[in-house]
Amino acid sequence: MTAGVPARHPGRARVALPWTVRLERRLEVPRWLPAATTAGAVVVALVVSGVVLAIAGGDPIAAFVHMLRASFGSPGVISDTLVKATPLILTGLACAVAFRMRLWNIGAEGQFLMGAWGASAVVLIPIVPAGTPAIITIPLMMAAGMLVGGAYGAIPGILKAFRGVNEIIVTLMLNYVAALWVAYWVFGPWSEGGFQLTPQFPKEAWLPRLSDLAASIPTFSGLTIHFGLVIALVAAVLVRFLLVRSRRGYEIRLIGDSPRAARYAGVNVARNIVIVFALSGALAGLAGMTEVTGVVHRLQQAISPGYGFTAIIVAYIAKLNPYGVVVAAIAFGAIILAGREIQPSGIPAMIQGIVLFSLIASEVVLRYRIRVERRAA
Amino acid sequence: MPDDLTPPGPPLAVAMRGIVMRFPGVLANDRVDFDLRVGEVHALLGENGAGKSTLMNVLDGLYRPDSGEITVFGERVEFRSPRDAIAAGLGMVHQHFALVPTQTVTENVLIGLDRPRFRIDLRRFDDEIADLARRHGLTLDPRARIWQLSVGEQQRVEILKLLYRGARVLILDEPTAVLAPQEADELFRTLRSMVDGGASVVFISHKLAEVSRIADRVTVMRRGKVTAAGIPSAGTTTAELALLMVGREVLETIERTPFRPGPVVLSVREIEAIGDRGLPALRGVSLDIRSGEILGVAGVAGNGQSELAQVVTGLRPSTGGSITVNGDDVTNRPPRETIRRHVAHVPEDRTGVGSAPNLSIADNLIMKAYRDPPIARRWAIDTGMVRRFADGLRESYEIAAPSVETDARLLSGGNLQRLILAREIASDPRLMVAVQPTRGLDVGAIATVHRLLLAQREAGSATLLISEDLDEVLGLSDRLAVMYEGRIVGLFDVAEADVAEIGLLMTGGSATAHAEPGVPTELVS
Repeated sequence: MTAGVPARHPGRARVALPWTVRLERRLEVPRWLPAATTAGAVVVALVVSGVVLAIAGGDPIAAFVHMLRASFGSPGVISDTLVKATPLILTGLACAVAFRMRLWNIGAEGQFLMGAWGASAVVLIPIVPAGTPAIITIPLMMAAGMLVGGAYGAIPGILKAFRGVNEIIVTLMLNYVAALWVAYWVFGPWSEGGFQLTPQFPKEAWLPRLSDLAASIPTFSGLTIHFGLVIALVAAVLVRFLLVRSRRGYEIRLIGDSPRAARYAGVNVARNIVIVFALSGALAGLAGMTEVTGVVHRLQQAISPGYGFTAIIVAYIAKLNPYGVVVAAIAFGAIILAGREIQPSGIPAMIQGIVLFSLIASEVVLRYRIRVERRAA
Repeated sequence: MPDDLTPPGPPLAVAMRGIVMRFPGVLANDRVDFDLRVGEVHALLGENGAGKSTLMNVLDGLYRPDSGEITVFGERVEFRSPRDAIAAGLGMVHQHFALVPTQTVTENVLIGLDRPRFRIDLRRFDDEIADLARRHGLTLDPRARIWQLSVGEQQRVEILKLLYRGARVLILDEPTAVLAPQEADELFRTLRSMVDGGASVVFISHKLAEVSRIADRVTVMRRGKVTAAGIPSAGTTTAELALLMVGREVLETIERTPFRPGPVVLSVREIEAIGDRGLPALRGVSLDIRSGEILGVAGVAGNGQSELAQVVTGLRPSTGGSITVNGDDVTNRPPRETIRRHVAHVPEDRTGVGSAPNLSIADNLIMKAYRDPPIARRWAIDTGMVRRFADGLRESYEIAAPSVETDARLLSGGNLQRLILAREIASDPRLMVAVQPTRGLDVGAIATVHRLLLAQREAGSATLLISEDLDEVLGLSDRLAVMYEGRIVGLFDVAEADVAEIGLLMTGGSATAHAEPGVPTELVS
């Protein structure tokens, strides 16, 4: 018999549709496609969100315009957006570094809190005597935040590298430990008059703000942008250099793609897991430091509205690209800010969720070519 | 009804005629005929890659042949899946079991069946399954969970699954590969009692000794073709089988310069190691390789060759013995240490180990060079230098790709192997460990690989060449070692090597009698 001609066969009859959808694996991805699909996914997400808003009885166009105005409409709100974006950039970088190596660090939230705690310890224990100038206090607080966050991040790294413990579970659980740790300190030893917050930091422990310059440049009056933004942008440049240009970055890429090939190339995989986890934790810890020194000027329980979790989405949307993280973090900072302006307040969270869903779905377009074919009669 | 092709004798359970099965670049089955009689154990013998498993996967409905026809119990069939095959009374036990570790034997046997629809009254099924096992001489506790069972017992569960579904033809793909000797004996007893009860068994193997013990008839395959069809095993010696299996073909003559060995580069002493399955894979291997020498290791896959390469390159720990490279002890040192001593490695698994598929060709080319100048500048990597380095290698090794920025996974097998060889040779090797360097490559790529390996020999590096292709080993090597069950069972100067003897050693026969090809040698089992 000739090949491929079906003979008598006891198979089940299938329901025939007039057309079929076929997914063909893409061999080569055009350079422009990733950016195009990301943009397309965001547009689709906004349309879907708009439909939901309309069903809920709102005017989607008006809502979006209002959100835009609330986050980018004036120097004041742009400044507020960037303040929200600052911890997101740093925690987003933390996630991007780890995700590059396929280490699923879901613990940026906990590392953020531990970094905030470590920075606070410098002035609350205190490690430096009262009245130490900012030029010494601030760098010390940065170091402390990164050190405590990094050490906290190293825990899941060590467990994974030497005992094969699943890092997702460990980092997730450690978030709760960190939250309770901070709660203990703000309720107990560092509590101010029994309230769940610490005394305000001395002025030497405040990151400079643009509004500090208002005396000489009146336009800056009321602008809340603080030095943490500079720290975050410098961190983005450094992380990009690390990932793209350094030997360590090459090892991270290699392990991320194929741990077995990395071992074959002589890379110490276990050591890199610990290092990258510690680095990731240090970046998240630095975010915690900028938040307590730049915004609230004290340690308190409700210090993060979930920056460490939003960071996962930020890193994902940025396709783990450090500069992309900056852009995505600003966008999410805007959504958080606009959330205050919009009722009901669940809308921004919904938009975030839909954006994430459509981005994940858009991966299909990157990997496959979609063909719709007429079925032969 | 049987047609006129049917040979006299017992009725046929299976008749396969003119089976052709193509994979990209490979003709796995080339017009293969195969007969299985009712009530026999029929061994399908051949080296790895000879097409045995492919043929049986066609029979089981996993693959659809490009052409050919299959008759089962006198009926023309065309299976679309193993489900169709089992409905016709035909089932296969693969080398990798498909069992759910946390469930009981009974649950695993019942999995995928329409009955029982809900998990009720499993106890009744326990009894039914225990009864079925007993009838076929399979010792099994139906309530035991799979993870509690030995590999041999798990295999019995797989057989039981097929029997419960009414299989009258059992296909076993290298069933003894995972078994301890006693377990193998028990399996043979089971198979014997099953065929006495009217079942028929196809037994895929490359071990001559067990084939002679268990099989009624033998079909031998080599490179996709049948070299002996259904010969009775009683009247055939293992030496004859070995020759049929290994074959002898006129090679394209490979130009080799005279053998001028230098000082010893690699020295392996009594090395022992555990394999992936937790069983001893190397049991005291010793060998020396000199500068300017290619030592070929022949053997059927799974006899410790892969583990030998991994232990030498530092990718697998050894549990005993020592390894030195140019006098330095590298026993159980990490891969980094062997790389530093200029040990190059062309690994068996090109896509999983030898390359990072989603990184660029350039990134793949610097895997061994990224630590040192001129590519590395302290912490940084000089991207301009990477580009020049990669472009240079792409040109001189003729790696066909649009640019060095292309992802490695887009390369064809031959080009990927060129990339790996380019990288390894660029690391200025003193010792080259090459494992299956030409497997799956086309003729042109094979010639390139051979030429490059010989150039390395000329340049004075020592080469450990591990290959299942005996012709390749014979054509390239100066000396040849045969591995069987984790030991080196023969070491020859290639000039004096005798193919029949090597074939016998590879398959566990003894080489006590230095037999001329074709002259029967007694089987030692």
